[in-house]
Amino acid sequence: MKIHERKFVTADPDKCVGCQVCEYVCSMTKEKAFNPLKSRIRVVRINQLANLAVTCRLCEDPPCVAACPRDALTQSETGVIIVDKDKCNGCGWCIEACDYGAIMLHPENKIVYVCDLCKEKGEPQCVKWCPEEALEVTTSDVLAQKARITAVKKLFHEAMKESK
Amino acid sequence: MLGYAGRILHVDLTSGKTQVEPLNGEMARTYVGGIGLGIRLWLDNSQAGVDPFSPDNPLVLTNGPIAGTMWPTGGNGHAFVSKSPQSFGVGEAKAHGTFGTELKRAGYDAVIVKGKAERPVYVWIDDDAVQILDASQLAGLSPAETEDAIREELGDYYIRVAAIGVAGEKLVRIACIMNDKTRAAGRTGLGAVMGSKNLKAIAVRGTRDITVAKPDEFMEYVKEFHERMKGPAAQKYRTLGTPENVLVHNSLSCMPTRNYNNSRFEGAEKVSGEVLNEKYVAKIIGCSSCAMRCEHMCVVAEGPYKNTMTRMEYETLWALGPYCGVDRLDAIIKGMQLSNYYGIDAISAGVIVGFAMDCFENGILTQKDLDGMDAHFGNAETVVQMVEKIGKREGIGDLLAEGVKIASEKIGKESGKLAQHIKGVEVTGYDLRSLKTAALGFAVSFRGADHNRHGAYAFDVKGKVNRLIAEKGRGKMVKDMEDTYNLIDSLIVCKFSRGTYYKELDDMAKLYTLVTGFDMTADELKKAGERIQNAAKLFNIREGLGRKDDTLPYKVMHCPVPDEGPAKGAYVSKEELDLLLDDYYEARGWTQMGVPTREKLKELGMEDLMCIAEPKEA
Repeated sequence: MKIHERKFVTADPDKCVGCQVCEYVCSMTKEKAFNPLKSRIRVVRINQLANLAVTCRLCEDPPCVAACPRDALTQSETGVIIVDKDKCNGCGWCIEACDYGAIMLHPENKIVYVCDLCKEKGEPQCVKWCPEEALEVTTSDVLAQKARITAVKKLFHEAMKESK
Repeated sequence: MLGYAGRILHVDLTSGKTQVEPLNGEMARTYVGGIGLGIRLWLDNSQAGVDPFSPDNPLVLTNGPIAGTMWPTGGNGHAFVSKSPQSFGVGEAKAHGTFGTELKRAGYDAVIVKGKAERPVYVWIDDDAVQILDASQLAGLSPAETEDAIREELGDYYIRVAAIGVAGEKLVRIACIMNDKTRAAGRTGLGAVMGSKNLKAIAVRGTRDITVAKPDEFMEYVKEFHERMKGPAAQKYRTLGTPENVLVHNSLSCMPTRNYNNSRFEGAEKVSGEVLNEKYVAKIIGCSSCAMRCEHMCVVAEGPYKNTMTRMEYETLWALGPYCGVDRLDAIIKGMQLSNYYGIDAISAGVIVGFAMDCFENGILTQKDLDGMDAHFGNAETVVQMVEKIGKREGIGDLLAEGVKIASEKIGKESGKLAQHIKGVEVTGYDLRSLKTAALGFAVSFRGADHNRHGAYAFDVKGKVNRLIAEKGRGKMVKDMEDTYNLIDSLIVCKFSRGTYYKELDDMAKLYTLVTGFDMTADELKKAGERIQNAAKLFNIREGLGRKDDTLPYKVMHCPVPDEGPAKGAYVSKEELDLLLDDYYEARGWTQMGVPTREKLKELGMEDLMCIAEPKEA
């Protein structure tokens, strides 16, 4: 898989306001019900100014897959983590292994679940619905590009201010 | 019927017992939810004349049929209803955030708390398991600290909490109930009712699924409203926010200033929404499931109040600012943050401070009485200190914590003329002398002085009527607005979103239908809005309030606007008030004394409450 093909959902901390619309639309899409506890993306609000929606980053060499003692988790060609429902017994080692809290135990069927980029819908519904356009499907490389551009713009902005 | 959880939780803090009762579907539909259902449940679970601080005064918590869904602004609201320790009539207040939606997922439409615990407790609602837990370690904490402490103690960071602060514990009559750090069920002092029960907080975790009757159509409708919320109807809230009103009201000369001594403020430019946004707003955030963003989080970056962070709205900015003659936004933000910290209604807090300053300037209260504070109008430090004292009932704060009505009764010396309240609840940021449709709305508001029971100021401010005259026809205008506002507060959707319901009741009826599966019509909803108003009126009648209480503050009726400008000389005379009241009662189908008639109650299917309107002679 080429670097520009491994896309995942990420939230812009400057734009995310913690409204949880992503959680509701995710649980509706995946579980036909409104229930944040069954959403593949979860919102964290540390305080009113610090909000961020967090979901699977599709890590290279994913620790969740490595941690699974029953080989229930595999990573697909596109990077999405695939859960073998027959093999998973809900032990939760993958949950501990994930640095982002992105893989979770389903409250009812007691096996783990994780973002699959809404493969059946063709695009992640959280991204489509986010009222702030804070979510996007992107790649590590594009994220790095954006960070660079922001930094350089800021640098020149300061420089231009000083030259006045 | 979907939308409703179908269950009411009863909690008796005296006996420590809890019990679940099925929700009557007929009652749910006829009283909708929110304040409507809450008022009805309060009436059914209390005795006439109960003292607000008695264990027998139920504190009713409700959400609405929309709660738990992803309806923008509607998924997340909750309401508290009880007998107010300020008005001794209807006490009700709503808040949004994440608490109401969690309560729905826990499986409840309402929680009715009665009794009084022996020591501080909190109620922990974990789906079906309900426990009353010791809260002695939480005493003295702010609502925000309480929220964090409970999450830590129970070990789940997604638990939602509604709590009181020190003010509620100390029965400050303007105490509020707060959730999500900055959201308050603010008005009418229900935090003190909670405190009187030794109830520090209600913590909830809900894990149930919420489904709607017509999911596909519902999602389409959500999408449509997301689009509407990006449009002009919600633009104000996304940009300057309600503080935009500062300059608007000031230019119309309808911003009560220095405890109603003026109607415009020379320092308005310094405390405008424009300056607030430019200098202090760090981020605009939103509630759970909402597609609007209204919550303007302000941070003070320098000066004596450095590192203060809080939400600001027009009303609280006005109360702690122009109403006290204060033109310093940093101090206003500090006053707001302290109000949240101690858990008091910052509107009432500002009006009380303005009252105390007026008393000081008129020689009714001395600097000694005021713990040495220099209480001239405009002294920003004094406002901050006084808010803190009220929150803690410390020094003069103990007296002021009673609210302007009771405090002025204790002070005497003509101070009653300076106490700007209706039914014991402090006024809000609309100068009623030159807004006569609003004046009627405020006078008849069942929870005392308030703009949020009718929004009738809109007719005046937008120039749809001549705001300076009282005339027939205003009664019907106020009535229709009240009915709609009752529905907004019962469904519970957010008032900031009201403009996005382009077809108003038709849109609300469609929403109700898609969620519940019950085929609701605009007519039936309208009737429900009217029914809720009548129930609230009967609540007040049963508790001894009548036409004499549908009145206006002294200065509104006796002190004409002195300032040059469009409102100069305006006030509301007794004759004008009587004309407006007669017109309104007639539009409501009530008697001249403002009592719902037998015919009206019959029409609304409220025969079972007839005994309140027509009590049998003992």
